[in-house]
Amino acid sequence: MTMQRRQFLGTMAAAGAVLGAPAVFGQAKPRVVVIGGGAGGATCARYIARDSEGAIDVILVEPSEVYYTCFFSNLYLGGFRDFESLGHRYDKLASDHGITLARDMAAGVDRDAGTVTLAGGEMLFYDRLVIAPGIDFADGSVPGWDLSKAEIMPHAYKAGPQTQLLKAQVEAMPEGGTFCMIAPPNPYRCPPGPYERISMVAHLLTQANPSAKILLVDPKEKYSKQGLFEEGWQRHYSGMITRIGPDFGGDKVEVRPEAMEVVIDGEVERVDVCNVIPGQRAGAIAEAAGVTDDTGWVPVNPHSMASRADPKVFVLGDASAQGDMPKSGFAANSQAKVAAMVIRAELSGSKAFPAKYSNTCWSLIATDDGVKVGASYEATDEKIASVDSFISQTGEDAALRKATYEESLGWYAGITADIFG
Amino acid sequence: MAGRGATCLALCLALAGAPGTTALRAAEIGDAERGAEIFGECSGCHEIGPEAENAIGPKLNGVFGRRAAAVDGFAYSKSLTRAGRDGLIWTLKTLDAYVANPRTFASGTRMSYPGLKDETDRADLLAFLRDYSDRPRDIPEAEPTARRSLPELPPDILALKGDPAYGEYLAGECQTCHRADGGDAGIPSITRWPEEDFVLAMHAYKQKLRPHPVMQMMAGRLAEEEIAALAAYFATLTE
Ligand SMILES: Cc1cc2nc3c(=O)[nH]c(=O)nc-3n(C[C@H](O)[C@H](O)[C@H](O)COP(=O)(O)OP(=O)(O)OC[C@H]3O[C@@H](n4cnc5c(N)ncnc54)[C@H](O)[C@@H]3O)c2cc1C
Ligand code: HEC
Ligand code: HEC
Repeated sequence: MTMQRRQFLGTMAAAGAVLGAPAVFGQAKPRVVVIGGGAGGATCARYIARDSEGAIDVILVEPSEVYYTCFFSNLYLGGFRDFESLGHRYDKLASDHGITLARDMAAGVDRDAGTVTLAGGEMLFYDRLVIAPGIDFADGSVPGWDLSKAEIMPHAYKAGPQTQLLKAQVEAMPEGGTFCMIAPPNPYRCPPGPYERISMVAHLLTQANPSAKILLVDPKEKYSKQGLFEEGWQRHYSGMITRIGPDFGGDKVEVRPEAMEVVIDGEVERVDVCNVIPGQRAGAIAEAAGVTDDTGWVPVNPHSMASRADPKVFVLGDASAQGDMPKSGFAANSQAKVAAMVIRAELSGSKAFPAKYSNTCWSLIATDDGVKVGASYEATDEKIASVDSFISQTGEDAALRKATYEESLGWYAGITADIFG
Repeated sequence: MAGRGATCLALCLALAGAPGTTALRAAEIGDAERGAEIFGECSGCHEIGPEAENAIGPKLNGVFGRRAAAVDGFAYSKSLTRAGRDGLIWTLKTLDAYVANPRTFASGTRMSYPGLKDETDRADLLAFLRDYSDRPRDIPEAEPTARRSLPELPPDILALKGDPAYGEYLAGECQTCHRADGGDAGIPSITRWPEEDFVLAMHAYKQKLRPHPVMQMMAGRLAEEEIAALAAYFATLTE
């Protein structure tokens, strides 16, 4: 925000072979490259392009043609939504806002030169870079598991074929079989996500395979909305779900995918489905760009979402380490708007305003039984700090829970329109 | 009329503060007898008293301390039902705001009544209604400041002209939930409201007159100019 509006002529001169480089010197428009078309990246691209009305060139680098939201993917597992309803295309970003879509992976970033190299070899010059690649999994987080085992023991923590695979596996479980989830250590995307998933799997099994069991192996002492989930599990799925926390070895777990075995503190369990959600870190391109710290996440300036290592590189969503906000689609979308506002101010001289952030996460426990937790945040110099919050209460009546669920449907329609146009 | 309101307020305070005699009684809200006459405004739609039945509006016996939209057998609007479910309780403060301007208090309410603008009239009317509530004398007087209902926000707040660029930025936060195209499934639409209604509704959340926790939090941290900027922006949104 304090940065001066700058001249780009110097950098433009070096950018001969660049995609869409303006032909005429001196008429160069400032350019923003956004890596990752998820909740953070696509929102940021859309807000910059929409609000600058053509004054800034925006290129969105994203390999997939269709983005499947992780949010609501648990509802698909529970049978409340079909898979297609999770898919969103990027077409409107191009047609309505003039964003250039580069359908490729970003393979490298040269921050000194101000360029991004795509897997296909193309090089993109940028004035500002936005990195929003979501998460990757931390190596060795669950001994015995790595990505090559995800076809046997799916993570289903990036939505798409993995989510479909997990659902097919649950549906194919033998009568009275065991579904096991290995929950991740903190920090990870969507704190209530694993527990909403347990609820949805329980919902599905209660109908199709009521004598089945669910084993939740959890390295954490406590988790998000715990009281609400436990109350709901007791009410709707009594006797089906067993949670093994760290006091019973939930933090000492190993898997043997070929044998479909889970070893918990030395005890071997045979299971029928095993959903391994490993520990997480920022998407790999963040590390390649040299902006991560030794925790594997990217420290950012709370006022702008610019990385601490480089004020021209903004990092949004799950990949960032910003303070009190959870890693959620709502949070990524909220952060993207702050970054878009700051980037526009820096590149085109529009007004800069103080950062405001907020988050709400809804979870579905059973049919029409929705709960929510949310907070608002402000930027301090150290971190994004929570200033106010609320959470659903245990013992709420059915009408309120139903209204909360309906609200979440409204939110899904709202946020996906806000991200993809 | 401003004079009368001020006198009443002074009187109420004096009564409430008087030691001994009145300590166990709730202070007067207003003149219930005069309120009975003003109830003529309502009686086309509402009945009150021992024989009261639901009519165009629900019967108003026992309304103080009751959850909104809670009379059995009355078909309330979605909006008032939602407010009740979210925890709206009829108190002096919330009734005053509702009667003053039903639509800004619960947009979408089926009560097609433009609102009783005069503060003293409302105080008198509510004093009358309170006599038909359970143990009316036990219902405490709200703190005097809470009496000012929303529609009487100082004119300078209502007249604030928002900065549209700021409104556009702030609106980003709202559009995560409220769709820019005005869609209203699950979450109400907030596009193209008259600016004043919008400002009043936001202040109703800010002052926790409207019950919803998400909106109380969102509005709670918005300054007056920010609410004005948002109202200006959403009023013009035609996308
Ligand atoms: C089961 C589950 C349930 C959830 N439920 C909710 C919920 O109810 N509410 C909520 O708010 N959040 C929820 N979340 C969390 C939410 O999905 C994430 O927090 C959010 O998607 C993060 O946004 P992001 O932009 O950081 O990353 P993502 O949305 O993951 O987007 C990253 C994008 O970057 C692309 N990408 C990665 N690397 C590269 C590269 N090198 N080059 C180009 N592109 C690249 C990817 O293809 C992807 O499209 C849930 C998550 C899960 C797993
Ligand atoms: C034109 C008809 C009409 C008039 C006039 C009217 N009301 Fe209503 N009132 C209604 C209707 C209809 C409802 C139900 C509203 C809803 O469901 O949104 C209602 C609801 C109410 C409620 C909420 C009751 C509950 O159970 O939650 C109160 C309080 C109320 N009115 C008070 C008044 C007062 C006081 C007046 C006079 C100043 C008045 N109304 C004038 C039609 C009217
Ligand atoms: C997390 C989702 C969410 C966000 C973000 C949000 N709202 Fe709301 N809003 C709601 C819900 C849910 C309701 C319905 C509340 C109720 O029952 O009173 C609502 C109601 C409203 C209403 C009253 C609508 C009516 O018909 O009475 C207004 C006005 C409003 N919001 C404005 C805003 C503004 C302005 C912002 C941004 C500063 C905002 N909202 C942000 C969820 C949200």
